[in-house]
Amino acid sequence: MVKPELENKELFKSGHTACAGCGVAVGLRHIMRALGKDTIVVNATGCTEIFTSAYPKSAWAVPYIHCVFENSAPVAAGISEALRAMGNDHTKVVVISGDGASYDIGFGHMSGMFERGHDVLYICYDNEAYMNTGVQRSGATPWKAHTTTSQVGKQIRGKMQFKKPLTEIVAAHNVPYVATSTSAHYADLQQKVQKAKEIKGPSFLNVLMTCVPGWGTTPSLSMQYLKDAVDTHVWPLMEIENGFSKLSMKPEKKPVEAYLKGQKRFRHLTEEDIAEIQEMIDERWDHWVWKEKVDQERKAGLEASE
Amino acid sequence: MKPANGKPGTSMENKTGNWRSERPEVDQSKCIKCGQCQLNCPDGCIFVTEKGAEPNYDYCKGCGICANVCPVKCIKMVPEEK
Ligand SMILES: Cc1ncc(C[n+]2csc(CCOP(=O)(O)OP(=O)(O)O)c2C)c(N)n1
Ligand code: SF4
Ligand SMILES: [Mg+2]
Repeated sequence: MVKPELENKELFKSGHTACAGCGVAVGLRHIMRALGKDTIVVNATGCTEIFTSAYPKSAWAVPYIHCVFENSAPVAAGISEALRAMGNDHTKVVVISGDGASYDIGFGHMSGMFERGHDVLYICYDNEAYMNTGVQRSGATPWKAHTTTSQVGKQIRGKMQFKKPLTEIVAAHNVPYVATSTSAHYADLQQKVQKAKEIKGPSFLNVLMTCVPGWGTTPSLSMQYLKDAVDTHVWPLMEIENGFSKLSMKPEKKPVEAYLKGQKRFRHLTEEDIAEIQEMIDERWDHWVWKEKVDQERKAGLEASE
Repeated sequence: MKPANGKPGTSMENKTGNWRSERPEVDQSKCIKCGQCQLNCPDGCIFVTEKGAEPNYDYCKGCGICANVCPVKCIKMVPEEK
């Protein structure tokens, strides 16, 4: 008998047309497994839409709706409200949209959805640029990364701005459950999806996923880069529950170079650039360790006084 | 009016195996059936059976993630001959 986690219960089917080695496709398999059949998926324009839903075929074994780029949050809110009005209190409405859709173009609509508090799980699959249109920089693209709209020349050396802190911005909406994960941490990802699914109200997952042509990586290494993103502290795995943050893993830090090397989007970086990135990553990590401490002490204090 | 999207799960009709330039070959005698290959496959096309890991070449695009994540290195990528 095979282990339960290996039973063939795929709700995200083979035959989709993602690139060989696409980290997004791996993540979607885990997400769908954790969500189960009683799910409606709402998906904004982007790679996921293109590689899963070319008419007349669909890789989704659950009801699925594609909507325009900026619109997944309001469409999901509408479906969720309609289901509840019809007396259905169980079907989970889940947005699965890219970083371009979430950090930038659908950001206002997403913010409104969180503020109004609809019963929707919003999952941003963050591959750190507008990949489906050929790699343009987004709010999620990291500092100094090359994209077709953050070029490398004498004066400008890749993206000039920092990555937008979307996870914290969503948490600031008082969303009861906010978490980060990656496609390569399947146990972490599936557990967080299941937890988010049970929330009656809004929840948010920000999931880092490799893009082979966008990052300029070798297809077979798609999972390795995500593990390195976590082990170098570039992408901390965390949960923010009712405002209290907690790191899911505190790996012993690898130098950031381990993550950057071999990615074509970072190949122009000088030693100085790498040192600057290291400093920024260390500062961010220290911030999260400090914040976890403060939050958990505050939580324990509140629980003790109850 | 026809629905705007296809029937659930019908992507299975696309046999993406013909994209492949390399094929994973499993030495099942070394396979410890841990399932890392199955869990990390973007195309959901390698499965742990009683005999060990078994790729489904109908869908495998040959990305090589399975060979990379296998802890006992019992999967080898072999060039496809045309
Ligand atoms: C309003 C609007 N602007 C631009 C586009 C063109 N467009 C289609 S997909 C896409 C990129 C999507 O990026 P992201 O959300 O990060 O998803 P990814 O393709 O990276 O998976 C763009 C710019 C569009 N469809 N609609
Ligand atoms: S362009 Fe990137 S995100 Fe899109 S299918 Fe290819 S690997 Fe996946
Ligand atoms: Mg993207």
